[in-house]
Amino acid sequence: MRKLSFSSVMLWCGLVFLYLPMLILVIYSFNESRLVTVWAGFSTKWYGELFEDPQLMSAVWMSLRIAFGSACMAVILGTIAAFVMVRFRRFPGKTAFSSMMTAPLVMPDVITGLSLLLLFVAMAQMIGWPADRGFLTIWIAHTTFCMAYVAVVVSSRLREMDISVEEAAMDLGATPLKTFFLITIPIIAPALVAGWLLAFTLSLDDLVIASFVSGPGSTTLPMVVFSSVRLGVTPKINALATLIILTVSIVAFIAWYMAHRSEKRQRTMASNAGE
Amino acid sequence: MRIKKYIPGGRTLVIGIPYTWLALFFMVPFALVAKISFSEAQIAIPPYSDVFRYVDETLTVVLNLGNYLFLTGDDLYIAAYWGSVQIAFISTLLCLLLGYPMAYAMARADDKLKTVLLLLVLLPSWTSFLIRIYAWIGILKNNGLINNLLMGLGVIDDPIIMLNTNFAVYVGIVYAYLPFMVLPLYANLVKLDGSLLEASSDLGARPWKTFLTITLPLSKAGIIAGSMLVFIPVVGEFVIPELLGGPETLMIGKVLWQEFFNNRDWPIAAALAIVMLALLSVPIAWFHHYQSKEMEGAA
Repeated sequence: MRKLSFSSVMLWCGLVFLYLPMLILVIYSFNESRLVTVWAGFSTKWYGELFEDPQLMSAVWMSLRIAFGSACMAVILGTIAAFVMVRFRRFPGKTAFSSMMTAPLVMPDVITGLSLLLLFVAMAQMIGWPADRGFLTIWIAHTTFCMAYVAVVVSSRLREMDISVEEAAMDLGATPLKTFFLITIPIIAPALVAGWLLAFTLSLDDLVIASFVSGPGSTTLPMVVFSSVRLGVTPKINALATLIILTVSIVAFIAWYMAHRSEKRQRTMASNAGE
Repeated sequence: MRIKKYIPGGRTLVIGIPYTWLALFFMVPFALVAKISFSEAQIAIPPYSDVFRYVDETLTVVLNLGNYLFLTGDDLYIAAYWGSVQIAFISTLLCLLLGYPMAYAMARADDKLKTVLLLLVLLPSWTSFLIRIYAWIGILKNNGLINNLLMGLGVIDDPIIMLNTNFAVYVGIVYAYLPFMVLPLYANLVKLDGSLLEASSDLGARPWKTFLTITLPLSKAGIIAGSMLVFIPVVGEFVIPELLGGPETLMIGKVLWQEFFNNRDWPIAAALAIVMLALLSVPIAWFHHYQSKEMEGAA
C-alpha cells in the first residue's frame, strides 16, 4: 500500500469537486418533482418534455450546425496557422501573426463579442454585407476564436513530428503541397481530430460571443439555457445536462479506448520487432 | 514574365490565408471598438455618431472624450474594474493552490493512470459550461443541497446565505476554470526530469526543500501560463457573476453587458472594453511571450 501523499489527496478532492455537481444534476433529472431539492420518486417525464420543446430543439439543431461548420473551418485555418508558426522560421509580420494566434485564447468573451459585432455592423453599413446577423456571423466569430485552440493542439504535434519524413518525400520529387497532404496530414491526424473536437465543444458551449453577433431569430442552445436558468429552475435543464454528460462520456470513452488500443498494438509491434 | 512577380508564391499564400482571416476578424474589430469609443451615442441605426466626416474636401475628425470622462467620473465603473481584478486575482490564486497539487499528482502517476486522470480532468469542460454553473445554483441556494444537509443534521437552524454572494462567484469560477490551470501545469510538470529530484534528495534535501528549490522554479512557465489562462478571461467574465453573484458582485463584464444590451449605449460599452483591454495588455503580452516560446519549442 502506497503512502497517500498530500498531492494525491488534493487530486481526489479536486476530482470530487469537479464531478459532484454533475452527479447531482444526473440524479435530479429523474426526479418526479418540479422542485430540484425535493425527491419525489423516479420519473423520466422531464426527458419527454425536453423533446417536446420546439424552441429548445430548434436551438439544439442550430448550435450543432454552427459547431460543425466552425469546427471544420477552424481546423483548416488553425492547421495552416500552426504549420506557418512551426515550419516558417522568419517572415515579415511574424510577431503580429503569433500575437493574433495566441491572444484569442485568453481574450475575455465580452470584448471579442462586442468587437466582432461592431465590425459586422460597420461592414453592413459600408458594403451591405452581412445583411442580417445569424448563422453566418456566429460561424465567423466561432471560427476565429476556435482556430487559436486548434493551432495550439496541432502545433505541439507538428513539433514532435520527425521532419526528415517530409524532407525525404520532397527529395523523392513530391511537391510541397503533395508532401503536406500525403505525409504531414496523416501523421498529424490525431491532433486534427482532437482540435476538431475541441473546437466543436467550444462552439457548442459559447454563450457570450453568440449573444453579441446573433440577430433576432437565431438562437443557440446556450442562449435558450441561459434565459431559462435566469427565469427560474426547470428540471428540463437537468435532463438536458444528463444527455450532454452521457454523450460526452461515451465519445470520450471511445476516444480513450481507441487510443489505448492503438498504443497497445504499437507496443506489441515494437516488442515483436525487438525479438 | 514580369507579371509573375506579382502573383503570390505558395509560401505567401499559405501565410496569407490565416493572416488575412485573423487581421480581418480579430485585429480590425479592435480598431473599430477604439473608434466607436470616441463617438457619441445617438438614437439611430447604428446608435453612434461618425468620428470621421468628409464634407467639402475637409476631413473632420471629431473625437468625443466624453465616454472616457464619464467612466472616470462615475464610481460604479472604477469599482467594477477594481472588483473584477480583485475577484480574478483571488480566483487565480485559489485555482493555483488547488490545481498545482492536482497537476503534480497527475504527473507523478503511473503512465496508464495518467491518461485516465487527464481525461477525468478534461471531461467536465466538454460538458456545457452553463449547465455546470447552473448545478451550483441548486447546491448553494437557501433551500439547496448544502443547507438542507446541514439543517437535516442539525448543524444550523437557519440556512446560510451562499447564492448571490461573492463566495458563490469564487466557487463557480474556481470550478469552471480549474482545468485551465491544471492542464498547462501538468504539461509542464510531466516533462520535469526525475533525476534532478533524485539528485536533490541524494544530496540530502528534504522533500519540501526539493520542491521549493527544484520543482517550483522549473514549473514557472506552467504557473504563468495557467495563471494567465485563468486571470485574463475571469476579468471579463459575465455568466458566473450574473448567475451566481449578487448585488455586491461588481464585475466589468457584467457592466459592459448591461451598458450594451440594457442601456443600448454602444460608445460607453466600447470605451469600457478599451479600458479593459488596456488593463489586460500587460498580462496578455506576458502570456503571449510564454506561449510563443512554447509554440516554437524553445521553452
